[in-house]
Amino acid sequence: MTVAALFFYLFAAVTVASAFMVIAAKNPVHSVLFLILAFVNAAGLFLLLGAEFLAMILVVVYVGAVAVLFLFVVMMLDVDFTEMRQGFLQYLPVGALVGLIFLVELVLVVGVWATSPALVRAAEAPLVSADRITNTEAIGRVLYTTYIHYFQLAGIVLLVAMIGAIVLTLRHKPNVKRQDIAAQVGRRVADAVEVVKVKPGQGI
Amino acid sequence: MNQFFFDYVLPVLIIVGQSLALLVALLVLIAYYLLADRKIWAAVQLRRGPNVVGPWGLLQSFADLLKFVLKEPVIPSGSNKGVFLLAPLVSCVLALAAWAVIPVHPGWVIADINVGILYIFAISSLGVYGIIMAGWASNSKYPFLAALRSAAQMVSYEVSIGFVIITVLLCAGSLNLSKIVEAQSGSLGLFQWYWLPLLPMFVIFFVSALAETNRPPFDLVEAESELVAGFMVEYSSTPYLLFMLGEYVAIMSMCALGTILFLGGWLPPFPVAPFTWIPGVVWFVLKVSFLFFLFAMAKAMVPRYRYDQLMRLGWKVFLPITLVMVVVVAGVLQYTGLAPK
Repeated sequence: MTVAALFFYLFAAVTVASAFMVIAAKNPVHSVLFLILAFVNAAGLFLLLGAEFLAMILVVVYVGAVAVLFLFVVMMLDVDFTEMRQGFLQYLPVGALVGLIFLVELVLVVGVWATSPALVRAAEAPLVSADRITNTEAIGRVLYTTYIHYFQLAGIVLLVAMIGAIVLTLRHKPNVKRQDIAAQVGRRVADAVEVVKVKPGQGI
Repeated sequence: MNQFFFDYVLPVLIIVGQSLALLVALLVLIAYYLLADRKIWAAVQLRRGPNVVGPWGLLQSFADLLKFVLKEPVIPSGSNKGVFLLAPLVSCVLALAAWAVIPVHPGWVIADINVGILYIFAISSLGVYGIIMAGWASNSKYPFLAALRSAAQMVSYEVSIGFVIITVLLCAGSLNLSKIVEAQSGSLGLFQWYWLPLLPMFVIFFVSALAETNRPPFDLVEAESELVAGFMVEYSSTPYLLFMLGEYVAIMSMCALGTILFLGGWLPPFPVAPFTWIPGVVWFVLKVSFLFFLFAMAKAMVPRYRYDQLMRLGWKVFLPITLVMVVVVAGVLQYTGLAPK
């Protein structure tokens, strides 16, 4: 058990430290890299909880895909860092106000936190005992039965977001040449090349 | 004290010993796979390939290693030094980390975890960071273009690899790599491995693995005719060596993954006497070598793709095919009663 505790403090400390560095780092690319470190350590914390499926999905989805796109965008920003840092104090009151409101909201939410009685019962008597089936199977069993509507709803939300992003960014520019792959593949030698017999000294 | 030794020190020592054994075997194998790659490439082009260092050039990779290690690493003054040096380490360490869960023989695996296949998928999806970090930290135009290319390319092909893996998981009914191999065993031998029932997925997996590891014909990340050497332009000596090593380890782990998912891992081709005498690890290495040979031949024979064609292949061809195949495989398994219980 001591080893698990040791690793918990390691992962937790690195997560908190790198989360702090995300907002403290001066270079935005460094911020994203620290964010990735925080994600990976959070996955480590999931592993310690025994939720190995969630840990791996966190790494695959957030680190392997979402953060790559973050990094992609942030790398391409052409930002002058010295200029960006100059107006920092100017925005401090507004930022502090927003932070304060958010903190108050968090305190209010946590203050009236109550665990649903159904959840307590579920924790006492799990649907299936943990030692017989793997964690992946356990998640699959509740996700596709009890929570199927929420699952489908989440999928629809993602689909709408995806279509929205495509609609917002898709532009058909009139003067851009586009490829027609079918036409290219369907082209035959007879359509493209003509063999001409030319007599000497005459030309075509 | 005695209790402490048996509870903590001994298991750690065993794991360290296993990791070292695997690492040494893997690195020596890679030295010869690298040589084989160059020899196969040379043979296709009617050249001799490396043949000076040692008999038939067998020590060429070790000579290269010494040369890389002994040269001076040059760090460009405009680079972001920390990230610049971190990038080759990330790419090499992540590639090696994937081998922790790969079973090479019944029971010969360092970590026999339940979500082994997801672990490999996660680790290989992190491989792109080495390239992006190198491209950005070099503070130079060609590496940066290579980083942008790699980010889009590797994310695109991961999607189709993910769906290919899902079809195999549906057939095997487990995320554990050893169980996936065992699910392919049977009296029919090699005809029961998943390459035959899932043949289209095997082809898509192979092509996506080429793209995922930035091998030709999808080596647009380091296309020498367009980007000089892509993200590796500014790297020299040991950091460069780490990139090369990471690349070949990633290729090896993709070959190993292909072997486990489609070629029956350590299983002999026919479950009868002369074949079953040979230990499983030999079959495993033979199958990995076969896939590596295909990688090398693809490098030698196929011209490089254009970038827009690469994206078209990933998103407009592989993604729809794999999506439909997931539905088809799931449906067939469900309605024929072949689904694993």
